[in-house]
Amino acid sequence: MPLRDRLATPRIGGLAALAAVVAVGPLLLPNSYFYDVAILAALNAIVCVGLNLLIGYAGQISLGHAGFFGLGAYGSAILASTFGWPPLAAMAVAVAAVAALAYLIGRPILRLRGHYLAMATLGFGIIISLVVTNEDRLTGGPDGFTVVPLTAFGFALQGERAWYWVVGVLLVAAVWLALNLIDSPTGRALRALHGSEVAAEVAGVDAARHKVLVFAISAVFAAVAGGLNAYYAGFITPSKVSFLHSIELVTMVVFGGMASTFGAVFGAAVLTALPQLLTVFKDYEMVVLGAVMMSTMIFMPKGLVPTLAALVGGGKGRAGVPAAERRPGAPGAAAEPRG
Amino acid sequence: MSAELAQYLATGLTVGAVYALVALGFSIVYNASGVINFAQGEFVMIGGMSAVSIAASGLPLAAAIPLAVAATTLAGLALEKLAVEPARGAPVVTLIIITIGASIFLRGLATIVWDKKLHALPPFTGDRPIEFLGATVVPQSLWVIGATAVIVVALWWFFGRTRRGKAMLATSHNRLAAALVGINVRHVLALAFALAAALGALAGILTAPITLTSYDIGVMLGLKGFAAAILGGLGSGPGAVAGGLLLGVLESLSAGYVSSAYKDVIAFVILLAVLFVRPGGLAGVAAAERV
Repeated sequence: MPLRDRLATPRIGGLAALAAVVAVGPLLLPNSYFYDVAILAALNAIVCVGLNLLIGYAGQISLGHAGFFGLGAYGSAILASTFGWPPLAAMAVAVAAVAALAYLIGRPILRLRGHYLAMATLGFGIIISLVVTNEDRLTGGPDGFTVVPLTAFGFALQGERAWYWVVGVLLVAAVWLALNLIDSPTGRALRALHGSEVAAEVAGVDAARHKVLVFAISAVFAAVAGGLNAYYAGFITPSKVSFLHSIELVTMVVFGGMASTFGAVFGAAVLTALPQLLTVFKDYEMVVLGAVMMSTMIFMPKGLVPTLAALVGGGKGRAGVPAAERRPGAPGAAAEPRG
Repeated sequence: MSAELAQYLATGLTVGAVYALVALGFSIVYNASGVINFAQGEFVMIGGMSAVSIAASGLPLAAAIPLAVAATTLAGLALEKLAVEPARGAPVVTLIIITIGASIFLRGLATIVWDKKLHALPPFTGDRPIEFLGATVVPQSLWVIGATAVIVVALWWFFGRTRRGKAMLATSHNRLAAALVGINVRHVLALAFALAAALGALAGILTAPITLTSYDIGVMLGLKGFAAAILGGLGSGPGAVAGGLLLGVLESLSAGYVSSAYKDVIAFVILLAVLFVRPGGLAGVAAAERV
């Protein structure tokens, strides 16, 4: 493939563009407050890239991913702070435990469809959030939990600038992993079962196995981001595990554009920064946020990135762009055929 | 029956009746549009809050209640016309995000129109507790349960006996076929949102004297109503009522016999268990998937 076409693919060109944005970021961030927002946006983006694999590609909704995020955060925090484990080992064990849990509950939960799946994942997230809030001897309860800083190989990772680079590199790595997965046989299997589960099974795709696999992968992305968030902030509260946080994450994915990895990153960045910008509206902050969400989804039902890409590209897909990136408005995850 | 159990059942049925009303709203909108309206809980909030402020302006409750229901119904119609109707044909997840945006918008609006404080509505008929089978019940509980029973019967009559109700049922079964026999399906959609808003408002008004009301009361009530609708089987009227009452009683029993901190955990664990065994809810038939 000629270099020009290669650069037009999400895997090479898109990734290079993202890396460039991360690299020049510090030139545009005037003080540590802006660094903080950028770090939180990148952490949300890591969750959304994983969640987008589940919602955008496999077509399965989850309204409980803050639960995995929270388990990653509290698991790492408790093992490292209360039990004195090395922070990286604590995070590895917490993430592995989340992967096992997601794999275990994935099978019965992903048998459900549409709104029933939405309710089950929502219920699962609420159970975790209530347990975290109530087990105050372990988690600090509603008051929150103080977390030790991330130390490894004798260095303590502290300060917004250092964290910016760590989280930025991890975001690029997460996007790279996701893009590779999407272009792999597994990714094609996911898109096939999104189109029609029965047809995919006829073609030899083990639908249940693939759905559980991508559920576990997306849970791992969330747990890693959760663990990092705990070490970065030095403090976690149950609000990070709450139903509203789950909804925020799904909103970021849909807002940016389903089945578009860069859409998920963009959605996370915009919706993390937006509430900060909206503080100028003071009392009207919530009203404006709600109105922005509604009008964006009404006028751009496919999400920001796919809609803008269609405008720029004149609605035609360019050569070399994989079909899934060209066809982002795939039917809704919770879509059920209705007469 | 022990007095303790009677007490838990009375509490559970009161809470459950409110869940049932919210769940009915979810089911009616779902049947008409295929949308889960995440702003359903906000109707409960608007109903309660506007009744409180109208009553505070000096009007008697008997006038404040219908006015509050009417105001909420208008909000429901506005939501349908301004946010749901323009997005017709959008993916379901997009519609879910639109209704979530609407609920944030309405909650924000409530903090501006009213405030962030807790408000109470005076009980309809005094607050002298009544002894019943060993349980102590406030009169307002009887209002909640009685009014819910009346509403359920009225809805049963509406959907089973009137042309308009039957038209709504027909549209939920097959939109195209309903349009072909001359049913105005857009009208049905508007009516569904109006009905759901009115039911939510009634739930909010009935429960405001017991649980108080505030701008953010709709979040949890909306979730519980959704859970009740799913538990019973989405789109089924009797399922929504049964699901609501069951969820209320389960919560009350677990709060009484196990732990009040874990009552919601137990309710959601049972909900998940039911879904694992019956993926279409209690009254649900597993929907055939179209290939």
